[in-house]
Amino acid sequence: MSSDTATVDRETQTAIDIDRSKGDFSFPENHKYDAGVGLTKATVDYISDVKSDPDWVRAFRHKGLDTFLDKPMPTHWATEDLENIDFDKIRYYLSDGQKPKRSWDEVPPEVLETFERLGVPEQERAFLAGVEAQYDSEAAYSNVKEELEKDGVIFVNSTEGLKEHEEVFRPWFGKVIPTGDNKFSALNSAVFSGGSFIYIPKGLKVKHPLQAYFRINSENFGQFERTLIIADEGSEVMYMEGCTAPKFETATLHSAVVELVAMKGAKIQYVTVQNWSSNVFNLVTKRGLAHEDAEVRWIDCNIGSRLTMKYPGVVMKGKRARGEVISIALANSGQHQDTGAKMIHAADDTTSNVVSKSISVGEGRATYRGQVHIPKHLKGCKNNTECDALMINATSKTDTYPAITVRGNQHVTQHEASVSQVSEEMLFYMQQRGISEAAAMSLAVNGFINDLVSEFPMEYSVELKRLIELEMEGSVG
Amino acid sequence: MSTIIAQSSILESAPQTPSESPKWFSDLQQQAWADFQSLPMPSRGDEVWRFGNLKQLDFSAFTEGGASEVKFQIPSLPDGVICLPLAEALQSHGDLVHEHFMKSDARLGSAKFTALHKAKTKNGIFVYVPDSVEVEEPIEVSHILTGSNEAIFPHTLIITGKNAKVSVVDRFSSSNEDDAGLCIAVNDLIAGEGSKLTYCAVQELNTNSRMIQVNATNVGRDAHATAFIANTGAQWARNESVSKMAGEGAHSDMLSCSIPAGTQQYDQRTYQHHASPHTNSDLLYKNTLYGTSKTVFSGLILVDEGAHYTDAYQTCRNLLMEDTTEANSMPGLEINADQVKCSHGSTSASISDEEIYYLCARGITPQLARRLIANGFSTDVVERLRNEKLETIVLEAIERKFATV
Repeated sequence: MSSDTATVDRETQTAIDIDRSKGDFSFPENHKYDAGVGLTKATVDYISDVKSDPDWVRAFRHKGLDTFLDKPMPTHWATEDLENIDFDKIRYYLSDGQKPKRSWDEVPPEVLETFERLGVPEQERAFLAGVEAQYDSEAAYSNVKEELEKDGVIFVNSTEGLKEHEEVFRPWFGKVIPTGDNKFSALNSAVFSGGSFIYIPKGLKVKHPLQAYFRINSENFGQFERTLIIADEGSEVMYMEGCTAPKFETATLHSAVVELVAMKGAKIQYVTVQNWSSNVFNLVTKRGLAHEDAEVRWIDCNIGSRLTMKYPGVVMKGKRARGEVISIALANSGQHQDTGAKMIHAADDTTSNVVSKSISVGEGRATYRGQVHIPKHLKGCKNNTECDALMINATSKTDTYPAITVRGNQHVTQHEASVSQVSEEMLFYMQQRGISEAAAMSLAVNGFINDLVSEFPMEYSVELKRLIELEMEGSVG
Repeated sequence: MSTIIAQSSILESAPQTPSESPKWFSDLQQQAWADFQSLPMPSRGDEVWRFGNLKQLDFSAFTEGGASEVKFQIPSLPDGVICLPLAEALQSHGDLVHEHFMKSDARLGSAKFTALHKAKTKNGIFVYVPDSVEVEEPIEVSHILTGSNEAIFPHTLIITGKNAKVSVVDRFSSSNEDDAGLCIAVNDLIAGEGSKLTYCAVQELNTNSRMIQVNATNVGRDAHATAFIANTGAQWARNESVSKMAGEGAHSDMLSCSIPAGTQQYDQRTYQHHASPHTNSDLLYKNTLYGTSKTVFSGLILVDEGAHYTDAYQTCRNLLMEDTTEANSMPGLEINADQVKCSHGSTSASISDEEIYYLCARGITPQLARRLIANGFSTDVVERLRNEKLETIVLEAIERKFATV
C-alpha cells in the first residue's frame, strides 16, 4: 500500500511539472530600478521616488508600512506556513523604468516573448476588449480598444490612475479595503505597484472582457499589484486576471489588493485563474462594494501556488444588492489552498451566494473559510453557502471553517458542506465500459466541478478543464 | 466589593480535599490548582472564544458555600453495578475512579476552568456498570444551586463495561429565582466495547446564574454513546462537548435542544473526533431563540489520518422567533482520511407566514400556532434519545420554558 502511494505521488508530481512547464521559464533580469532586499522606510521612499508619487500617496504608503509592522501574523487561525515568509529576503520593487507600451511591437523582446508564450496577445486578438500585462513591478503593455476609450472607459495601471484620474480614483482608493484590514493589505498599501485602474461610465455595458496578466520573472521577488475597478450606475464589466511565475527554489510572495465598486445597478464580474508556480505565497485581499441593485461576482479558480489565502468578499451596502463567490480550488502535493468567501450584508433584501468546490490530490490540503454577517435591523437578507470537497488520495486533506452570524428573524441563511471521494463503484462502472482508470478519475473530477466551470468565459473553461485533467493525471489511488 | 469577597473567592482559595480522600486525589487537586493559576484567561483573539462573551468569565464574586444540594434518585440496580456519590466512590473504589477520572484534555477553550473544576470538585456521581449488565431505568442526579454567589463543581463519571447499558440524567437547577450561582460541571463518559451509554443534562438554572459544562465522551469498539444537553435556564451557559470515536465501529450521537429567551446567551462548542476507521458520529443541535437572546455554535469534525470509512454528520439549526435575536454558527470540518462521508449544515431562519397561515386556517390562533411550530422544532431532537423516560424528563423542561415565553 505504502509503495503504491509513493508511486502515485511521483506520478502526481510529474503531472504538476508538465502543467507548470508553460509558465516555468525566465529571462535574465534587466532592471533599472531595484529597491534592494528587505523592507524599511527607505524602501518605501525609494518606490515613491521612482514612481514620483504625490505626497498623499507617499503618506499612504508610510501609514501602510507602520500598520504592517504593527500587526501580528494571523497564525492563531491561519497556517504556520506563513512563518516561513522571510520579509528581509524579499525584493519589493523591480522595474526597467519603461512606461507601459500601447503596442506589442514596442515591448522589449524578452517581455514580448514571455507573453507570447503565455498566449496573451493571441487572446487579446481573439476576444478581449483590453489587456494589461504586468512584468514584475510594472505594466509592460496596456491597451484598450479604441471605441471603448471613446465611450469614456478608463483602463490604465494604478500609478497612472492615481496621477491622471485622481478625482475618480482617490475617493474610492483604500475605502473598500482599509490599510489596516489585515497584515497583508497593509503590506500592499506600503509597497504597491502595478495593477489596474478601471472606470466604466454610466450605463455602458462592456461586451468583451478586460484582462490583466501578472507575470513574475525574478527570483526572491514580491509582487504587490493594486487594482481598483469602479463601475458607474447601470454599467457592466467583466475583468479577468491570469498569473504565472517560473518555479524558483526560493519562495516568492504575491500580495495583491483588489477593490471593486459597483454603483447603483452596476454589475462587475471578476474572474481569476490563479496558476502560480508551487513556490509562491499568494496572500490576496479582494473585496467588492455593491450599491443599490448592484451585483458583484467573484469567479475564482485556484490551481497553483504553495499557499493561497484568499477570501473574496462583497459588502452589500445598498438595497437588493447581490454578492456571489464561485470558487474552484485544486490542491496538489505541496499545496495548501485556503480559500473562501466573506459576505457582509449591510442593507435590506440583499442576497449572497457562495458555491465552493475543492479537490485535494496527493498530500494537498484544501480549506474553505467563510464568513456571513447579517446585522441587526435589516430584513429580507438571504445567504446560501455550499461547499463540497472531493478527496482523491488517502493522504489528501480538507477542512471547512464557516462562520455565520444572523441577527433578527427576517432572514434566511443556509450552509451546507459535504466531503466525498470518487467511489470505487463509479470508477469500476466506467472501467467496465473500456475507459482507463485515469481517464475515469479525470471524468469523475470534471463531473464534480462541471457546473462551476461553465461559469467561466468559454475560452477559460476549456483551458481550465484541460489544466485540471493534467493535474489529475496519474493520481488514481 | 472585591476586598470583602476576595478572601473566600473560588479564584483565591486553595482546594480543601477532604482528609478521607485517597492521596492521589488530593495530589491531583493540588496540581490542578497550580494549573488553574498558571493557565491564561481566554482572550479576544482565541478562535475557540470567537463570538463568545468573555465578560461572563469573571468569577471572582463566587464562593464555595455549602448550601447547595445534590439529590440522587437511583433505581434498583442489578448486581455488580456501582452507583455512588463521587466522594464515597473515591474511598471505596479509588483505583477505578483513578483510572478514568478526567483523563482527556479540555481542548475547546475552558482548560482553565476545567482545571478549577478538577481542583475543587467534591460532589457528583460515579457509575460503573460491569460487562453484560443492563440498567433499564435512568439514574437521576439533581444539583440544586442554593445561596447567593455560591459556586458548585459537580462531576459525573460513567463507565460501562463490555456490552453493558445505562442511562444517567444530570439536572441543574436553582433553589430560587434570584440568587446568582455558578456551576462548573464536568462529565466523563467512557463507553466500553459494545456498550450503550446515554447521558442527558437538563440545565434549568435561574436567569442570574452561569454555567460551564464540559463533556468528554470516549466511545470504544462497537459502542454507542449519546450525550444530550437541554438548556432552558441560566443567564449564560457554555457547553463544550468532545466525543472521541476510539474503537472501530464506535457510534456517537451528540444532541442538544436549547431555548434561550430574554437576554440569555448560550455558547456551544463541539468536537467530533474520529480516531479509528469505520466509525460514525451524528450531531444535531437545535436552538429556538426569543427576546434578545444570542447563541453561538461552533462545531468541528476531525477525521484522523487512517480513520477511513468514517461517516460524520453535523447539523445546527436556529429558529429565530424574534427580530432581536442573534445566532452565530461555525460548523467546521477537518478531514485527513480517505473513503470518508462527512457533511455539515447550518440554517438560521424564522417561521414562515405560510406555516402560520396553514394553522390559522384550522382555527388556531397565531400565538398558539407559533408556539406549536417552535415546540415541534425543538422536540424532534428529543425523540432522538430513543428512551421514553429520558424524553419525558426533557420534554417537561421544554414545556416549562415554553410556558414562560
